[in-house]
Amino acid sequence: MKDDHNGAPRTVPIQSATFSNPVNAEIRRAAATGIYDIRGGGAKRKVPHFDDLLFLGASISRYPLEGYREKCETSVTLGSRFAKNPIQLDIPVTIAGMSFGALSGPAKEALGRGATMAGTSTTTGDGGMTEEERGHSNKLVYQYLPSRYGMNPDDLRRADAIEIVVGQGAKPGGGGMLLGQKISDRVAEMRNLPKGIDQRSACRHPDWTGPDDLEIKILELREITNWEKPIYIKVGGARPYFDTTLAVKAGADVVVLDGMQGGTAATQDVFIEHVGQPILACIREAVRALQDLDMHREVQLVVSGGIRTGADVAKAMALGADAVAIGTAALIALGDNDPKWEAEYNALGTTAGAYDDWQEGRDPAGITTQDPELMARFDPVEGGRRLNNYLKVLTLEAQTIARACGKNHLHNLEPEDLCALTLEAAAMAKIPLAGTDWYPGKPGTSY
Amino acid sequence: MQTFDLEAQGLRELNSSLHAQASDTNQTHWEIVNPKGSHAIAVGLDAPIEVNVRGSTGYYCAGMNKQATVHVHGSVGPGTAENMMSGMVVVEGDASQYAGATGHGGTLVIKGNASSRCGISMKGIDIIVHGNIGHMSAFMAQSGNLVVCGDAGEALGDSLYEARLFVRGSVKSLGADCIEKEMRPEHIAILEELLERGGCDAKASEFKRYGSARKLYNFNIDNAY
Ligand SMILES: Cc1cc2nc3c(=O)[nH]c(=O)nc-3n(C[C@H](O)[C@H](O)[C@H](O)COP(=O)(O)O)c2cc1C
Repeated sequence: MKDDHNGAPRTVPIQSATFSNPVNAEIRRAAATGIYDIRGGGAKRKVPHFDDLLFLGASISRYPLEGYREKCETSVTLGSRFAKNPIQLDIPVTIAGMSFGALSGPAKEALGRGATMAGTSTTTGDGGMTEEERGHSNKLVYQYLPSRYGMNPDDLRRADAIEIVVGQGAKPGGGGMLLGQKISDRVAEMRNLPKGIDQRSACRHPDWTGPDDLEIKILELREITNWEKPIYIKVGGARPYFDTTLAVKAGADVVVLDGMQGGTAATQDVFIEHVGQPILACIREAVRALQDLDMHREVQLVVSGGIRTGADVAKAMALGADAVAIGTAALIALGDNDPKWEAEYNALGTTAGAYDDWQEGRDPAGITTQDPELMARFDPVEGGRRLNNYLKVLTLEAQTIARACGKNHLHNLEPEDLCALTLEAAAMAKIPLAGTDWYPGKPGTSY
Repeated sequence: MQTFDLEAQGLRELNSSLHAQASDTNQTHWEIVNPKGSHAIAVGLDAPIEVNVRGSTGYYCAGMNKQATVHVHGSVGPGTAENMMSGMVVVEGDASQYAGATGHGGTLVIKGNASSRCGISMKGIDIIVHGNIGHMSAFMAQSGNLVVCGDAGEALGDSLYEARLFVRGSVKSLGADCIEKEMRPEHIAILEELLERGGCDAKASEFKRYGSARKLYNFNIDNAY
């Protein structure tokens, strides 16, 4: 190359941190199409998370339990407040609600198989209950969503629990959208809509508005199901103190709280990345609400949004949750985003690990699709086996940590077992910053 | 005939007694007295029985009904016959908001007026209102028929899918993607049957039909708000 600067040093090209390449690419995409980006998955930005907390482990004042030998219980009961038949789970890791439509029938079957082997529950989603899922799930939670697609009293009675969905972490305040490409005959029939059209799921329930109405709605659902089923209320991580308080007031047996990292099948990117609070910031506020009402452990708290490891499970429980739910991690365990499909991800203009166009129905792994050929790639028996393995590892990891903290039940983990690595995490989780006995906002201290 | 005093015997006993009726029950006639605006009366029924409610009810009367005929001799609160699957619900008086919301089947007849959001998100139910209906009725209505012998409020049929709306009187305004459509002989025939089922003496020829323009069916930025 011809040097026209007479050999004088030049500045190197510097990419703007504000107008980064991905940001610019999105501006160009928006300019070319006039449509916002819709995608699946959860927030991709880095937010304060469980990684910003550490366990302290045992010491002279706290003695540990022997790994593998001494008992460390993992069971949990959900729905003991009002329901005649609370749900008993062997492990505190549940499978979150994911819609049939977003996921294929065999993928739903695999979730049921894996969860049942591991002794935990699965959850339906928008679009109703499928035979695959009911048949293969020992414990199935039936979602009661604003769209009421497929809702009927028979399925309500076949369910083991009912989850009234007010919001989701990925999009608190947003409805859903299943694009026309994924509307097969079966999906269309279950939802009572023509094939091939985009199906919107309303953001608000059609027949109740505030907490007073919700209380009456819960009464109706309990009357229909003979007061047998636990009733959960699921909220996105928006105002966890007030939402938890109102859910308890309305009569919930269980509160499900989903942080902003939580996955979705299809939502506007701007919603996924910019609305809602990280789960780390939500748990203590929800627990505080339960404690203020004298309902902690009486009304159980299930949290979700970015749970990946047994450490995450243990940290969520140490902050006061009774159980956790997983969505994205379960799909990855089934085989979603597996590098073995790299060539096909490349053909779709993406790469394994980054594939998030779940709304398009062209998933090479055959999980987030209704295309018969792609679906056939996925083996629900093998998928179930993998999910069971993964759930076992989560549980063993959480137990390992709990024993090291001297706890004979995962529920005995407590905030005192933790320290925070960053000021942000300290403030959000109300956990002392490592090396100090202080967190921002600690009562009796100044900032 | 079984008479049930709701005030004396309580809601739980009422609904569990009604749920205990099998499809071949010979206790086919039930009278509920003293409803006094209670919520969730006769919800989740699933037998070919006839239930007469002597008075007015609160929220969700006859919610998720299957097979049964529930006749309210009074007015009803919000969400009457919500998510009904089959059977028939008749209201002699007026209905509050969201009557027949998300109903999948069966017939809801309201002899008085219905408030806002009547037939919201309906999925196959037939709703026949002798009087007027309030704003945002048939919002996101998917299928089934809504017949209004009086007038309709603002934003009728907003974001409508395939439900058919028949209105005899005036429509204050149509919601997004809802348009007036031609009344062809097949629609007259459908409407005549509905009017007869609903006990209306109106003539089908006096009604106008409204339906979806189907412009919102696939996401297009020019239609977004
Ligand atoms: C493919 C997919 C579909 C989903 N569908 C629903 C749904 O129908 N209803 C719902 O309440 N949440 C739905 N969610 C959200 C999950 O229930 C859960 O809140 C979230 O996945 C938890 O976060 P995680 O993915 O980080 O584990 C869905 C998530 C995914 C990934």
